[in-house]
Amino acid sequence: MGHTITEKIIAAHSGKDTVSPGQFVYADVDIALGNDITAPIAIREFRDAGFKKVFDPTKVVLVNDHFTPNKDIKSAEQSKIVREFAREHKLTHFYDVGTVGVEHALLPEQGIVVPGDLIIGADSHTCTYGALGAVATGSGSTDLAAAMASGKVWLKVPESMKFVFTGKRGAWVGGKDFILAVIGKIGVSGALYRAMEFCGDAITSLPVEDRLTMCNMAIEAGGKNGIIAADAATAEYEKGRAERKSRIFTSDPDASYVVTHEFDASSMRPLVACPHLPENVKPAAELSDIRIDQVVIGSCTNGRISDLRIAAQVLKGRVADGNVRLIVLPATPEIYKQALKEGLLEIFAEANASIGPPTCGPCLGGHMGILAAGERAVATTNRNFVGRMGHPKSEVFLSNPAVAAASAVTGRITDPDEL
Amino acid sequence: MKGKAWKFGDNINTDEIIPARYLNTSDNAELASHVMEDADPDFAKKMSKGDIIVAGENFGCGSSREHAPIAIKTAGIACVIAKSFARIFFRNSINMGLAIIESPEAVDATAEGDMVEVDLAEGTITNVTKGGKYTFPAFPPELEGIIAEGGLMSYVKKNVTQ
Repeated sequence: MGHTITEKIIAAHSGKDTVSPGQFVYADVDIALGNDITAPIAIREFRDAGFKKVFDPTKVVLVNDHFTPNKDIKSAEQSKIVREFAREHKLTHFYDVGTVGVEHALLPEQGIVVPGDLIIGADSHTCTYGALGAVATGSGSTDLAAAMASGKVWLKVPESMKFVFTGKRGAWVGGKDFILAVIGKIGVSGALYRAMEFCGDAITSLPVEDRLTMCNMAIEAGGKNGIIAADAATAEYEKGRAERKSRIFTSDPDASYVVTHEFDASSMRPLVACPHLPENVKPAAELSDIRIDQVVIGSCTNGRISDLRIAAQVLKGRVADGNVRLIVLPATPEIYKQALKEGLLEIFAEANASIGPPTCGPCLGGHMGILAAGERAVATTNRNFVGRMGHPKSEVFLSNPAVAAASAVTGRITDPDEL
Repeated sequence: MKGKAWKFGDNINTDEIIPARYLNTSDNAELASHVMEDADPDFAKKMSKGDIIVAGENFGCGSSREHAPIAIKTAGIACVIAKSFARIFFRNSINMGLAIIESPEAVDATAEGDMVEVDLAEGTITNVTKGGKYTFPAFPPELEGIIAEGGLMSYVKKNVTQ
């Protein structure tokens, strides 16, 4: 019996020839990640246990991205804990205001995570990096503390599910629509404890940034990790960025999957996840009578340069509806600078967008775009739970950047084809 | 442990357990004062120490924030019984020592306000109000090792030399 890419990467990191679903291992991590919300608790745990040094200062990555630039005194204190720990331990990869980006956009962009890695992060969207052909999974603060001390994480080897995408995707359809289609089909616990492997010719032709969007939301189906085998496009993406050598793993033809789902990309239209679960998925065109108050374009899901290019393509020469607050948050400083060079920021500014700094900000209801009771937002983010972007009686609709931009223009949920 | 049951539905996510607007602190007591706030705004006031949360499928889904099991444990909830747990919440609870039990039968048979008794060593849940008794399997030995050490950090401290 063959093995899946997830099993092979876990085996390679736990000193074993092979591993099987259900098996427990202590695996070596290539990167252990924390942010300004989760790292302070990890640092407390690390110190309380009496540890004096991190296992490898090049492999512990701390990113102050959630409530930054700090929104209040309390969040400033949290960031300070992280900053001082990073300095004390001379961490190679510490990111603060000015160099900081949203962590899951930042780490692939900077080449800190590479194909073949095993990565844990005290942030649920750590699964993003699976798009590069790595095993990456979210964990808690105690897991991070243990990994900072030992370089290891306990893992139960997951069963794998296969998702095959075929056909040529249509206009305005991207990785966000692919993953919303998956979550809509299997539900928010449909991949609980499992690996979600994406493949097929529509994945091969999908740009790496769209793949990152797909794997980013594996957690929204309950998945342990999302993964796409590295290919020529991945190799191209890694050129000039990868800090370490890539290791390429692929699933065996006779690898075992608990289930296989197939999707026809050619028949897909832009999708929207309605409140209050990411599984409540409908075509954008069927929601065109829903009025909105805010649009957020950004986040670790869809705040990359390709997302901003799509949004700018829709917004060029147009203005946001007078009843809509349009917020654009380039996910990293590099993306910000690139958008500036390409004139995208000017297009957004002319469309009456408020352009903010790289931050998680409103995605988790942190700051920079919080909703009042009864308000609705279309967001390119990843969660639409009760109170996610503000008041418990506000609503979030999740979409790709083209739908978000088109909705900003009309003031209601809009399939960009309608414009 | 014996306490009053508080019932919650499916897919209770960590944003409901501890909303992000309170994550600008890592003070356990402050987090506990907002436990379950966006699922039930009055929960922190209504509950008593030793009470038990009884919930549906996929409890603790969403964000990885360990603030969620910290808030539940610090508030004094003795354990969480659910039909299933989201995986990061599950591992966080094992790692930091919040008692969690999967038992769809016990969840279906329990109504809010029932008195529930849990024996972790014996692996049983008794609904004292209604009289039903339900068993649940032990954790795999690898997790029992972490639980026996009182959490992951003690386990790692013992098994890792720097």
